[in-house]
Amino acid sequence: MSKKVKKRLITVLLSFLILIIATLLITMNLRDNIIYFYSPSDLKDAEIDRQNIIRVGGLVKESSYNYDEKSKIYNFVITDNMNEISVTYVGIMPNLFAENKGVVVEGLATSKSSVTALEVLAKHDENYMPPEVIEALKKDGKWQEE
Amino acid sequence: MFYKLPNTLIDTLRNWLPVFYSTTLVTFSIGLYYAIYNSPPDYIQGDSMRIMYVHVPAAWLSLGSYSILAISCIAWFVFRNPIFNLFAKSIAPIGAVFTIIALVTGSIWGKPTWGTWWAWDARLTSMLILFFLYIAYMMTWQVIVNKELAAKISAALGTIGFINIPIIKFSVDWWNTLHQPATISKLSAPSIHISMLTPLMLMTIAYLFLLITLFLIRYKTELVEVKISRIKH
Repeated sequence: MSKKVKKRLITVLLSFLILIIATLLITMNLRDNIIYFYSPSDLKDAEIDRQNIIRVGGLVKESSYNYDEKSKIYNFVITDNMNEISVTYVGIMPNLFAENKGVVVEGLATSKSSVTALEVLAKHDENYMPPEVIEALKKDGKWQEE
Repeated sequence: MFYKLPNTLIDTLRNWLPVFYSTTLVTFSIGLYYAIYNSPPDYIQGDSMRIMYVHVPAAWLSLGSYSILAISCIAWFVFRNPIFNLFAKSIAPIGAVFTIIALVTGSIWGKPTWGTWWAWDARLTSMLILFFLYIAYMMTWQVIVNKELAAKISAALGTIGFINIPIIKFSVDWWNTLHQPATISKLSAPSIHISMLTPLMLMTIAYLFLLITLFLIRYKTELVEVKISRIKH
């Protein structure tokens, strides 16, 4: 390597290092803006502006889901296994909505542990399995719901 | 341009391209056969998960293409050999198209799965930024008339954009996103059944051949353009 090339290489690498540090600082400070939703624990700590629409996400707690036929109100609880948020919702549920599955709701916080949802989004996990395999796993008792 | 251009290179590329055309066609036929017919549906998503076979390879290679672009830009800064600019210029539009494919198919998959076409979460937003980076890179070459200046500005832009690649990759781990975390490239075993992994890998190979083929066509065009501009001057 000639001296010139070496010098340029060091300059480029140094500039890139500065760029990485700058990006880290920016993204760390903007975390609250970058995250798509709060976890129930985040919501407990955060100072939530009740006027603003927020998103909360987590797992739908087992046997917490219920639908009132008369008033057409959905009720369920979002949990991150530490804290819980209860959700009320009127509207269309996504097909993949299920207990023990991920969900993100958008709406207004009525208190530190309850949200009135305006929209419900199902969060898909990273598992891909054919139905027969799931059946076989369930038969053997090897399938674990998250 | 002050580098020697091998005159035989264009002819060699022209002779070899049909081989790449046919390989791409064959790999795509096999890949799509497995993706559409010879694989099971998902236990939750049903048949809509087949979009994944088109979506995931496009997304992977859009990141790969940008990495090649950025490394070419860095190499140009260090070695000042214009051949690196030709590499970057050749791959930019291909990467941009792969990014669009990933964004559009993701959106089509998102509607039945999540319940929305689009969400401003970290993965989707950083992917959109990647598309803008490709466009910006191509535009600098189009807009700036002085080619020396265009080389410098585009190389700087391509290098700076490199920072977005790890952000896209790790966005699903660093922040809460609507997009699910990685299935394949994680430390534990991939959480996808082998009957679905096979079509995914076949489609990835097909996409890879498509990328190489398109790159060689674009590279040949760039070489021809260099030749023409030399004759003109």
